[in-house]
Amino acid sequence: MAGAYDGRMPSPFDGTLIVMPAFNEEEAVGNVVREVLGTFPGIHCLVVDDGSSDATSAEAAQAGAIVASLPFNLGVGGAMRVGFKYALEHGYANVIQIDSDGQHDPVGVPALIEQLATHDLVLGARFAGEGEYSVRGPRRWAMLMLSGILSRLAGTRLTDTTSGFRASGPRAVRLFAAHYPAEYLGDTVESLVIASRASLTVSQVAVAMRPRAGGRPSHNPFKAAIYLGRAVMALFIALLRPPVILPSEASTR
Amino acid sequence: MTIATYLLGVFSALLTLGVVIEMLRRRRLRERHAVWWLLAGTLALLVGLFPDILGWAASLVGVAVPTNLIFFVSMAVLFLVSIQHSAELTDLETKTRVLAETAALQQLRIEELEKSIRKES
Repeated sequence: MAGAYDGRMPSPFDGTLIVMPAFNEEEAVGNVVREVLGTFPGIHCLVVDDGSSDATSAEAAQAGAIVASLPFNLGVGGAMRVGFKYALEHGYANVIQIDSDGQHDPVGVPALIEQLATHDLVLGARFAGEGEYSVRGPRRWAMLMLSGILSRLAGTRLTDTTSGFRASGPRAVRLFAAHYPAEYLGDTVESLVIASRASLTVSQVAVAMRPRAGGRPSHNPFKAAIYLGRAVMALFIALLRPPVILPSEASTR
Repeated sequence: MTIATYLLGVFSALLTLGVVIEMLRRRRLRERHAVWWLLAGTLALLVGLFPDILGWAASLVGVAVPTNLIFFVSMAVLFLVSIQHSAELTDLETKTRVLAETAALQQLRIEELEKSIRKES
């Protein structure tokens, strides 16, 4: 079967799979895929089409990505589960999640991979110095609270816990293929709780973020307050749940 | 209590039980979903046949107006059934999601296999 190693020249990105969850991103996804594949020759890119009603799948496939299409929308968590399962089945060691809207600059990828040598889960953090990105009001309070509690849990300083730009090492891929949360905010917040409790090591590196290629981030204070509420709930429910244990290598292969 | 209200109580309880049992018989209802309805129907039938049970039970738990005990028990049953439904719904959503993930991965695998077959031939 076509896998991570199919007789090409070896490259430092062999064994690394880029996973992009995409929902109605026909305008951006093609360029993001081309940029990633162009910047890192030999890297494999899986676009998980999360039940899009537009030409997302076709655009991604044309740009050279492997495309998995979900029959209906599951949210980022569900799409990432497909990515982790695919990585596990095809023998990829690392999974890097990148947004399909072009918000994440792929130049951050090597830094994430480098950090994977010593950690199981690496977050690309927006507020760690690089790039221009600012948030205010309840959304900022939510982020501060989340990073405070999650830093303590993970035993390391995390400043941007809701970042969707993250790298998972072999142990994290194995854990997440079986236990990645699919609820709203579960993919970012609860996944950190699950990883920390399964004694995976977490770390962050600074990455630059770009303004989104399509669409506009919301600055509605009412929506931000709801976001805060849901973040608090997601976090505390995650903490109430029994910890999951990292599945052994034999049981997943 | 008039004979009419007595009969009303007994017949509505019998009707409820009849509907639940008939649905069970036709496999429109699974046993584990029917348990609460059967319990409620049986209770209603008992109280309908022997109204004195209600007064006795109310004084036992210290409810001054016996009818209030009926309301309390009915609400408790509805509440439990409702929670059970939410739990089942969550369960079904999880299963559907896993099926969707599997379907997407298998679709991708079929496409890859077709591509490699086309390349070979």
